Amino acid sequence: MTPPMGAAPTEPPLTNWRALVESFVIPTGAVLVALLIFGGFCGLAGASPFSVYHSIYRAAFGSWYAFQNTLIRAAPIMLCALCTALPMRLGMVMIGNEGALVIGGLGTVLVGAYWVSAPHYVALTAMALAGMVAGGLWIMAVGAMKIYRGVNEVISSLLMNYIAIAILNHLVNGPMHDPSSLNKPSSYPVPEANALGNIPGSRVHFGLVYGIAACLITWGLIEHTSFGFKVRMIGGNLRAARMAGLAVGKISLLVCFLAGAAAGLAGMAEVAAVQGCANESLAAGYGYAGILVAFVGRQHGLGVLLVSILLGGILASGGMLQRQNHLSDATVLVFQGIVFLVILYSESLYGRFKIFQTRAA
Amino acid sequence: MKIFNLIKVAATVAVMTALAAGTATAADKVSMGFIYVGPKDDYGYNQAHSEGCAGVQKLDWVSAVEEASVPETTAVEEAMRDMIEQNGATVLFPTSFGYFNPHILKLAKDYPKVQFFHCGGMWHEGLPVNVGSYFGYIDEAEYVAGIVAAETSKSKKLGFIAAKPIPQVLRNINSYTLGARSVVPTATVQVIFTGDWSLPVKEAESANSLIDQGVDVLTCHVDSPKVIVTTAEKRGIMCTGYHANQSVLAPKGYLTGAEWNWSKVYMDYADWVHSGKSLMDGTIPHLIRGGLKEGFCKVSPYGPLVSDQAKADADAAKAKFMAGTMVIYKGPISDNTGKVVIPDGTELKQTDIELEKMNYLVAGVLGSTGS
Repeated sequence: MTPPMGAAPTEPPLTNWRALVESFVIPTGAVLVALLIFGGFCGLAGASPFSVYHSIYRAAFGSWYAFQNTLIRAAPIMLCALCTALPMRLGMVMIGNEGALVIGGLGTVLVGAYWVSAPHYVALTAMALAGMVAGGLWIMAVGAMKIYRGVNEVISSLLMNYIAIAILNHLVNGPMHDPSSLNKPSSYPVPEANALGNIPGSRVHFGLVYGIAACLITWGLIEHTSFGFKVRMIGGNLRAARMAGLAVGKISLLVCFLAGAAAGLAGMAEVAAVQGCANESLAAGYGYAGILVAFVGRQHGLGVLLVSILLGGILASGGMLQRQNHLSDATVLVFQGIVFLVILYSESLYGRFKIFQTRAA
Repeated sequence: MKIFNLIKVAATVAVMTALAAGTATAADKVSMGFIYVGPKDDYGYNQAHSEGCAGVQKLDWVSAVEEASVPETTAVEEAMRDMIEQNGATVLFPTSFGYFNPHILKLAKDYPKVQFFHCGGMWHEGLPVNVGSYFGYIDEAEYVAGIVAAETSKSKKLGFIAAKPIPQVLRNINSYTLGARSVVPTATVQVIFTGDWSLPVKEAESANSLIDQGVDVLTCHVDSPKVIVTTAEKRGIMCTGYHANQSVLAPKGYLTGAEWNWSKVYMDYADWVHSGKSLMDGTIPHLIRGGLKEGFCKVSPYGPLVSDQAKADADAAKAKFMAGTMVIYKGPISDNTGKVVIPDGTELKQTDIELEKMNYLVAGVLGSTGS
């Protein structure tokens, strides 16, 4: 049956179980291959691969205690990854995540540290909004430069990271400087009463809830609404989208704003739940980790969610590898590199295995 | 599936034997955990602490675990928690300055029986009683290094590459300059602030530009002096080190350096804990500080280019520090804009809290604090 004119192009039907199995087997196989290669590396470094595997499992996923460590690390990465994943669907390679996080953190402090008399939930809402608006405008500026002036967004968003960190350093050394923070220049703190707390029954802060919610919203918005369809259409063929009369500029700016807002929210959680103020520790590399996660997660809301947890687990195992297996501190980076490279390579394998192909009826 | 089971069995066996071996001897050992913000072999801040850890590890009643490259985020909170929960650590040394607030303070509340010792001297009344601070007056060693640098320099132009214009760093620059000018009153110290603790490319650029301006002795206050020291050696000029001993990186031009001696401090703490003392009952002081005399820091052995005269002058200053009669900040001292910062007749001893708010560069330093 041919679809009527104007309807969405047919997606592969969900009943295609072979494709489903394929999309499960290939990533799983990739992780197993990565583990084998990494085991070989550890063997060369003088540690038993089996003991290393057990350490990774035990440190990242082995118990609720360990899994919380994984989730804590995954939370900011999830939000930062959306900052690359969303514009990617428009065909833009946005790598300004770190900057948007920093600016979001600064926006949060502007509200949280100066409006100290606000009631708890009002303050938290205001801080979250401030963080999102600040981060959103930051990335929207990159988007505007691209759309209206043709400035390459890869370069400009990267440079905006440095500008954001410079602004942070200027503010915490100057106008926002808390004189009691002598040797680690910081902004005035967000009062403890307005801090973002932990999820009840855990030591994971609410940033994780924000992250999961943002990933689910992204998934719903991009894959299941007409707005999302427009976004995918722009990303698929810009000229066709223009010809079809889509408001390419407006849609693109809005997506950039949402992307920046996600990273800004990560900054809000870092300030309100972790650091308590803005300082150099905000730029801890979550933004750059997010770029990687967005690509490995195939710019898909759910993919980002899963890959962030995988990366959180890898990072959580770093300590155990040092303490238990006496491997160097860089080992966890080697592991991360191997896993992500193999997963990215495995994407070229889709459709290559006969067994996963639907046979002609 | 079979392979998976095999892996599981092998791993379980390996871990069980490891655990059995661990519990047999861990009974009355003092279990310590050390956390560093960068790699253990950075020839700098982190290596100095790791050498301190290696010092206490030699004691057979100490078991110590280490974790390196831990950022000042939730990562360090999780690292501390794991050391306590999984390795049974009862004494923690999270060494980076930025670990203190909020991370150590947060964990200290969760684990009131664990003692946290932090490098930086930030503890004050009202903070958790199971947290202690230690720090050293390493600017005393910088003063001595300044003497050696000025006497060995031919151009009498010294260069100082620093991370940030914060009190700790300014104090090192000023003490180095005061040491240099105590023997060569015309000596100058050109300072460049890179803006962060670990920016190797910017540090190398700064080193090259200082050398191009005629500086012939370089020193620094960044996390890892490695790049600066090797650049100086490659360009055929001299240098003085910081944090740890970098003489292997510059066998020709390394004159001397200001080094931490954390193994002495960590051994003291280990001894106290072993003999049943604790921060909580007040038998271990919450704030510990010291300089050359107390053994918190030391001066690297002199390099081949140092003249006998320079050695004699440096040793004389060192002897005064060891005797406790040396005061670096003795008025009149004016800053490099001509303003008097310490009036005639005023002596600020090392312990003076006034020095911890330092926000100026003394006369003889070329550069500005920038904000």
